[in-house]
Amino acid sequence: MSVPQQAPVSYANIGRERWWRRGIFASQAGYVTAALLVLLVIMHLASPYFFTTGNLQNVAKNFSFIAIAALGETFVIITAGIDLSVGSMMCFSAMITSMAMTSLSTPGMLGADLFVHVAADGKTVVANAPGLILLVSLLAGMGVALIVGLVNGFCVAVLGLSPFVTTLGTLSIVRGLAYVVSNGRGSFPGGPDVDYYYALTSGSLFGVPAPFLYLMFFAVVMAIVLHHTAFGRHVFAIGGNEKAAEMTGVNVTRVKISVYVISALAAGLQGIIICGWLGSAPANMAISYELNVIAAAVIGGANLAGGVGGPLGAIIGCILLEVIRNGLVLAQVNSYWQQTLVGVIIIAAVLVDRIRSRMS
Amino acid sequence: METTTSGDQPLLELKGIGKDFGAVRALQGVDLSIYPGEVVGIMGDNGAGKSTLVKIVAGNFPATHGDVRFEGELVHFRHPIDAREVGIEIVYQDLALADNLTATANVYLARELKRKFGPFSFLDHKKMANRALEIFGELRSETRPQQLIRQMSGGQRQAVAIARTRLANAKLVMMDEPTAAISVRQVAQVLSLIRGLRDQGVAVMLISHRMPDVFAVSDRIIVFRRGEKKADKPIKDSSPEEVTALITGAKEAA
Repeated sequence: MSVPQQAPVSYANIGRERWWRRGIFASQAGYVTAALLVLLVIMHLASPYFFTTGNLQNVAKNFSFIAIAALGETFVIITAGIDLSVGSMMCFSAMITSMAMTSLSTPGMLGADLFVHVAADGKTVVANAPGLILLVSLLAGMGVALIVGLVNGFCVAVLGLSPFVTTLGTLSIVRGLAYVVSNGRGSFPGGPDVDYYYALTSGSLFGVPAPFLYLMFFAVVMAIVLHHTAFGRHVFAIGGNEKAAEMTGVNVTRVKISVYVISALAAGLQGIIICGWLGSAPANMAISYELNVIAAAVIGGANLAGGVGGPLGAIIGCILLEVIRNGLVLAQVNSYWQQTLVGVIIIAAVLVDRIRSRMS
Repeated sequence: METTTSGDQPLLELKGIGKDFGAVRALQGVDLSIYPGEVVGIMGDNGAGKSTLVKIVAGNFPATHGDVRFEGELVHFRHPIDAREVGIEIVYQDLALADNLTATANVYLARELKRKFGPFSFLDHKKMANRALEIFGELRSETRPQQLIRQMSGGQRQAVAIARTRLANAKLVMMDEPTAAISVRQVAQVLSLIRGLRDQGVAVMLISHRMPDVFAVSDRIIVFRRGEKKADKPIKDSSPEEVTALITGAKEAA
């Protein structure tokens, strides 16, 4: 049997897709961006205040308050998992950070002597090294997030529990711990470093709110990690076909633990930022925020079945939610409509994507 | 095609292989040799022991009796990774592809080529895409490296799964029912892929139910029935009728 000699490989059957059917234009993030632009125009017509600098700064700040957590959540969703514990995580990290700041700055408290001393007047508390208390407190807040992320990841990746159930459990556990450590009262950032803390979390640079700058930074890092590193590729592969990823030699356990850790760290950082803006970490802070975070990711095109998602979509989803909220307030619509509208948009966004994939 | 390499050392040599699962004897006293650059069709009914044989060679579990030699060396595979390391690759029936990734990404999954920038290493997209295109060319497959698996035909998917084995420079490729669930035109593509592999000097074990496909591409055919090897002969000395008889037991052995 002789081998038939064939012509050199030619791609007669596979031309390049038209520009509007590939890349960003063919993704749900693309439609939602278009919808957002339309919405911005409507907002502008509905209220002359919408496009004022003050209001835009407000919008930018407000959506940044859930967007960093949404970036972390997107990693988990791409692997076909879900992290319901992000709201509780925000609260707990914020609380641990502010409690650490306060207690490390109170002479007489455990370890406080290392960080502060009382000035000559006998009342003023002075930091031994400016910024050190803040740094240690932030590490404490992120440390607890790391632990929760590891617990989530261990339960899902090693014990094989369902992500939904595991993180529903940690949602409750972590919220409970926040009540326990503060005795239900919440906590307040304090001590000599508190001004640095406020500057870093609710300050601004050239008129741009600091949370927005962090968000942009993390979004760029996330885009690079997802599309230009082996880790990112493995995240997508696990979401697409976990068994295949396993058989080809992807370390599925490690990647899965990593995404839950990333999600918890993002939520922890988000909580610390929100706390700086609020000036406190109440024990009921960020309750049910996990639903906003997941909604934002899903509106932006992340698929709960796994394998699809990215930073742009997550951010666009957050902006859309915030613009609707803000716009309804400016247009003096009863603000109770907001939730209803958000629900409609979640379904509409997913529906449009479904219709598109049916048509192609 | 003549098996011209029969005088050489066999690539894979099994001697007296048996496998028991508790009281069930899945394989018994199997001797067989596979030579470089030949396509061997493995046939048999469900439960005849084909899958057990493949799993032993692939390192999924060890044989209860007998020796496995690869390139003359006695080998004891404990995990699939051990078999992969010496150059044995399997193309699974469900292909094990992530359909949300491109062809290139799947070919290089868990073997990504990277470039270092200081402490970070990033994917070398260009190099991987070029090499993938080269491999698809060698396999004479019309598969675009940047295309998503989701948008591909069954034949193209097979090409991606096979390209992965080329990347590893596999010496023996075992294919489990590669033509089971695809269209006629795609079957032709897959058979051409198999010939492409053979022309690269790779030995192929084709495990299949589909008689015409096995006869179209194999140099030799091995038939199993009830855990025993019942025939092992050049394809030109056999016929579909004889093989059917061997599979069903109408003919005891050949």
